[in-house]
Amino acid sequence: MTTTTAVRTIASRPPRFRAVGRTTIRRSQRRAIWLLLLPFLVLFVFSFVVPLVYAVVESFFTEKRSGLGIGGERAFAGFVNYVNAIQKTDLLEGVGRVLVFGIVQVPLMLIVALALALAVDALKGNYPKFVRLSAFLPYAVPGVIAAILWAFLYLPGTSPFVAALASVGIDVDFLSSEVVLWSIANIVTWTWTGYNMLVIYSALTGIPQELYEAAAIDGAGAWRIAWSIKIPLVAPALVLTTFFSIVGTVQLYAEPTVLKSYSSAITSGYTPNMAVQDVAFGLNNYGVAAAMAVLLAIGTFVLSFGFLRLANVITARRAAA
Amino acid sequence: MPNFTSRLFIRGVLFLGVVYFLIPIWWLLTASTKSSSELFSSPPLWFGEDFVLLDNIVAVLTRQDGLFVRWMLNSLIYAGGGAIGATLLSAAAGYVFAKYSFPGKGALFGAILASILLPASLLVMPLYLLFSSLGMINTMWAVIIPSLVSPFGVFLARITAQESVPDDLLDAARIDGAGEIRIFSTIALPIMGPALLTVFLFSFVGIWNNFFLPMVTLNDAELWPAMLGLYFWGSQPSELNYHFVITGSLLSIIPLAIAFISLQKYWRVGLTAGAVKI
Repeated sequence: MTTTTAVRTIASRPPRFRAVGRTTIRRSQRRAIWLLLLPFLVLFVFSFVVPLVYAVVESFFTEKRSGLGIGGERAFAGFVNYVNAIQKTDLLEGVGRVLVFGIVQVPLMLIVALALALAVDALKGNYPKFVRLSAFLPYAVPGVIAAILWAFLYLPGTSPFVAALASVGIDVDFLSSEVVLWSIANIVTWTWTGYNMLVIYSALTGIPQELYEAAAIDGAGAWRIAWSIKIPLVAPALVLTTFFSIVGTVQLYAEPTVLKSYSSAITSGYTPNMAVQDVAFGLNNYGVAAAMAVLLAIGTFVLSFGFLRLANVITARRAAA
Repeated sequence: MPNFTSRLFIRGVLFLGVVYFLIPIWWLLTASTKSSSELFSSPPLWFGEDFVLLDNIVAVLTRQDGLFVRWMLNSLIYAGGGAIGATLLSAAAGYVFAKYSFPGKGALFGAILASILLPASLLVMPLYLLFSSLGMINTMWAVIIPSLVSPFGVFLARITAQESVPDDLLDAARIDGAGEIRIFSTIALPIMGPALLTVFLFSFVGIWNNFFLPMVTLNDAELWPAMLGLYFWGSQPSELNYHFVITGSLLSIIPLAIAFISLQKYWRVGLTAGAVKI
């Protein structure tokens, strides 16, 4: 299995006593490893490994319904569920939707987060402290609540924006089928921009001050320093935040599920997670739902590791240049 | 230092950012003071003529025999209990990954981290069937048990143990004859303490916000966490219940907001670790 860069950097630094020799791993230590690791491992297997295996197995079986509905015969089905998952469900449509969403929302959010982090970093003092706090506040608002809140800010009767825009002659329906995907994007952006900004800001504060002084002596202005020193040095933080944003986008669930009650444009299979849930618990077709979930998992792995690979290649090329 | 115009520009950018972040919160504060009908008739970002915040709070707390209070307590149990458990399990596992070597360590750690990528829908359906067959569906355990596993917590605990617990200290304790478990619980754990609070906070928020799992595994409204309950109230949009949804939302974010603001220092530890380590 491929591992993330994080795993690799850590794994390449083995604990010290390994160098002393394998004989130092005494029996008491082996027992300690088991005692300390076992509780976590048991629950990890129960909550992650067993469900994963179960879903994979289930995705290859169909339940032949008898006339009465409940119960029926289990039969090996090969890839039938997978074919059905692709041809007969909203899965592909949902995947397409979150891809469009991600291509626009993730870069936009991270550019804003980066700009805000650079701005806070440029102004030292108490004022940025207030900015940091207000940026973090949306992260303290759970996704469900954020979606409820924005739903009211989109509803024509209660929204300050609809009224304000109407007064200058612009009529927008934030909950219509053309706009609602971007209304959801706004909710996600609102929740996560501040969080990502703080991750990037933490990386900025870790840059040694001498680098700036050296650059200033060489005649670099504030903008030049931001562009040529700060941004390249926070690249790892940007890679990390992008990675998690991609994973989050594929998993989009809470916001559209809440908005569904306020917008008829959101169907029960609007995003991949919603589509799986709909097939599993709405139609009670576990086999097809499992196949959809497995496809989704594979897609997530390909996308997120593909991105990490790309980031590594770009970093390596920049280092070589 | 940037020059004057640049600084003005920077301040402008920050001002816009702050307005964007705070407008919805401000709207929530003002809307909670209005009756359902005044929500529509008064200016949306200012207070209405009647200030009925207290009435709204009482209405939320007493609706359906105090169901909301029950939901908040449930959330506290799920998030509090789950996060304490997740922190301890992560600390022990992270410590093992940092300080011991054993065959398959790298692969196991990789598998734990990779599990972050598994879609919730992939896990929730089998968990539902699993809990059903164990007779644990519609019990608190169906929410708490999966919450005890925090891959990110293990990651953070491993980094902490690596950086803050010196090997020499452990070796010295071994020479003094201390057992391995004792070394972990009396030496390593206290040193890792502050960073473990970060693990606790991240798990707490994660569990508090989760509503996919409880939605599938709990159908008894008495067992719901606040997020699921408010989702349910919000899923029946009607002018008659808007003030319940709005004031309930406000009440539900107060505990988290307090935790965030008072424990800022510990959040930063997690953010820095995330930023620097990958």
